[in-house]
Amino acid sequence: MRLYNEPNPLEVKILTRRFGITNSHTLDVYLQNDGFQAFQKALGMKPDQIIDEMKASGLRGRGGAGFPAGMKWSFVPRSSPKPKYIVVNADESEPGTCKDRLLMEYDPIQMIEGMMIAGLAIDSHKAYVYVRGEYRYLIDLLDRVIDELYARGWLGKSIHGSGFDFDVYTHTGAGSYECGEETALLDSLEGKRGVPRLKPPFPAVAGAWASPTLLTNVETFSAVPAIIRDGGAAFAALGTPRNGGTRMFCLSGHIERPGVYELPMGFNLLQMINEVGGGVRGGRKLKAVVPGGSSCPVLKADECDIAMDFDALAKAKSMLGSGGVVILDETTCMVKFAMRIMKFYAHESCGWCIPCREGTAWLKKTLIRFHDGHGTSKDIDLIDDIAKNMLGRTFCALGDAAAMPTISIVEKFRDEFEAYLAKSSTTVRVPELTVV
Amino acid sequence: MIFPPELEARFDKMLKAYPEGRQRSAVIPMLMYAQDAIGMVTPELVQEVARRCGVTALQVDEVVGYYTMLHRKPFGRHHIQVCTNISCMLRGGEELLAHASKRLGIGNREATADGQFSLEEVECIGACSWAPALIDNYEFHHSVTPEKLDQLIDSLQKKAQ
Repeated sequence: MRLYNEPNPLEVKILTRRFGITNSHTLDVYLQNDGFQAFQKALGMKPDQIIDEMKASGLRGRGGAGFPAGMKWSFVPRSSPKPKYIVVNADESEPGTCKDRLLMEYDPIQMIEGMMIAGLAIDSHKAYVYVRGEYRYLIDLLDRVIDELYARGWLGKSIHGSGFDFDVYTHTGAGSYECGEETALLDSLEGKRGVPRLKPPFPAVAGAWASPTLLTNVETFSAVPAIIRDGGAAFAALGTPRNGGTRMFCLSGHIERPGVYELPMGFNLLQMINEVGGGVRGGRKLKAVVPGGSSCPVLKADECDIAMDFDALAKAKSMLGSGGVVILDETTCMVKFAMRIMKFYAHESCGWCIPCREGTAWLKKTLIRFHDGHGTSKDIDLIDDIAKNMLGRTFCALGDAAAMPTISIVEKFRDEFEAYLAKSSTTVRVPELTVV
Repeated sequence: MIFPPELEARFDKMLKAYPEGRQRSAVIPMLMYAQDAIGMVTPELVQEVARRCGVTALQVDEVVGYYTMLHRKPFGRHHIQVCTNISCMLRGGEELLAHASKRLGIGNREATADGQFSLEEVECIGACSWAPALIDNYEFHHSVTPEKLDQLIDSLQKKAQ
C-alpha cells in the first residue's frame, strides 16, 4: 500500500518533494532529482559556514524536543581527538507518529545526504541509523540503498575523490519506546538495556562509546539537503519566527482523511483538521486534539485555533512534540483515553527510576479501577496528585510524558470524570475489581 | 552454533561495524536476526551471542529480558501483532484484537496448538494514519477490518496447506 497521500494544495513539499516519483528511493532517481547537489555544495563550504546555514534555517529537532538543530551541531567539539559519531534516531515510537517511516521508505538517500553534510560539519566519518525493530522492512531497504551507495562511490573512502570518508550502518532496536530517548538509545546501541544516562554530559560531548555524538531524528536530517541547497534563510522563511521550514504532520484518529502531510510550521490546527484532513469523521463535533504525540497535553476543541509551532504550543501549555496529531471526536471517553495512555507508559517505563516506574504503575491501576466502575471521589484528585508528583522528578522525559497528558485530561475534563463516577455507582462496568 | 551462510556473513559484517573493542554493540541485532532464523531465544543462543560479542551470558540475558521483541518461547509461524494504542483504539483496534483472539482461539502472547499463529497486543507500531493496523511477522497491514483480518488468516492458512 502506498503510504503518502495525493498532494494537498495547502502542502509545501520540501522533504516530500520526491514522493510520488517511481522508485524515488533509488540512487538513479535521486540523482536525477537534485540528489547530492547539497553535499557537493557543502564540500566547498567550511564547517562553520554549514553550521551557520543550519542556524539560519531555524530548523528545530523533529523528534519532539524541538531543540535548534544548528545549535546542537555547534556543541559537538570538532577538535576532540576522539572519533565523532552521527546517530540517527529512527526509533519512531511516539503514539500518533508515523512520519519517519515515509521519509525512509520513499526518500532514504535524502536522509543519508543530510547525515553526510552533518559529517562534513562536525568532522564525523561514521554514522549509525538506529531503527526500531518493527521497521525491519525499512532496515532491509536501507541496507540495499547503502550497498548501492558504496558500490557507486557515494559512501566509503574518499567519496567521489573528495577526500571525505563516510560510513553508514543500520542498527536494529528490539521493541522499546524508551530507546527513543537519546541516552537510552545510545545505551541500546552499545548493546545494553535501554535506560537513560545522567545528563550532562550531553551526547554531543560524550555519546556513543563515550565519544562526541550528533544524535538527531530522521526528519531533521532529511531537512538538511534542502537547507544547504537553497540556503537557510529560504527554509526559515517557510515557517514562523524561530520555527523554520515545514514539518510532517501525521493526522490520525477521528478524521476524514488521515495521513501524513507536509505543512509549514505555524499552520493553523483547525485549518489542518478541516481543510487538510477533511474535517472530523462523520461530521461529528471535535472534542480534543493531541497535538504532537501522546506525551503532549491535550487541547480542548476551543483551544485548537492555534498556530502549530513549538512556541505557540508551549504558550498554550502543550507541545508540538513529534508531529502526531490525534483527533478525538465528541464520542471519545476521556476516562478510557487517559487509561489507555497510562497503560502504554506503564508498559514502556524502563524501571530505572522510581517515580516513573511506580508512578506509571500506580496511575495505571487507579485509572483501570476508575474506568471499571470502582472509582471513588478521592480518585480524581489522587490521579492528579500522583501525576504532578512525577512531573520533573524522573531521570528522563518518559515520566513527564506520562504525567503531562494525564494532568491535562484531568484538569480539562474533570466534569467528565465526575459524571463518569456518578454513573459508576449505578453501572459497574467490570464486576470484579481487576488486580493489575 | 552455526547459522545459515547468509546470516554468518551478516554477523561478520556486523561485528566490524562497531569501533574496535565495542563488539558488545552487536548483541541486540545479533539476537534479533538469530531469533528470526531459529524461532526464539534459546539458552544456547544466549551463550553463542555472548561468545561472539565478547561479553558474559548474563549481559546477554539481561538484554533479552528487557526488550519486548526478544522472546524465550516460540511464537507461531505467523506472529500477528495488533496495535491498540490511541490512534488504533479510536478506529477499532481493540475490536480487531478481540476478533483475532476469537477467530484464532488464543489470547495475548499465546500460540495456536498447530504452531501456525500467535497473537500479541502491541503498543504503537507507527501506522497511526492507517489505523487500525497490525503486523504479521514483519509485514504491515493497514486499515484492517475484521473482514480483512479473516481474509488474511484464510489466505495464510491456505498457503500453509
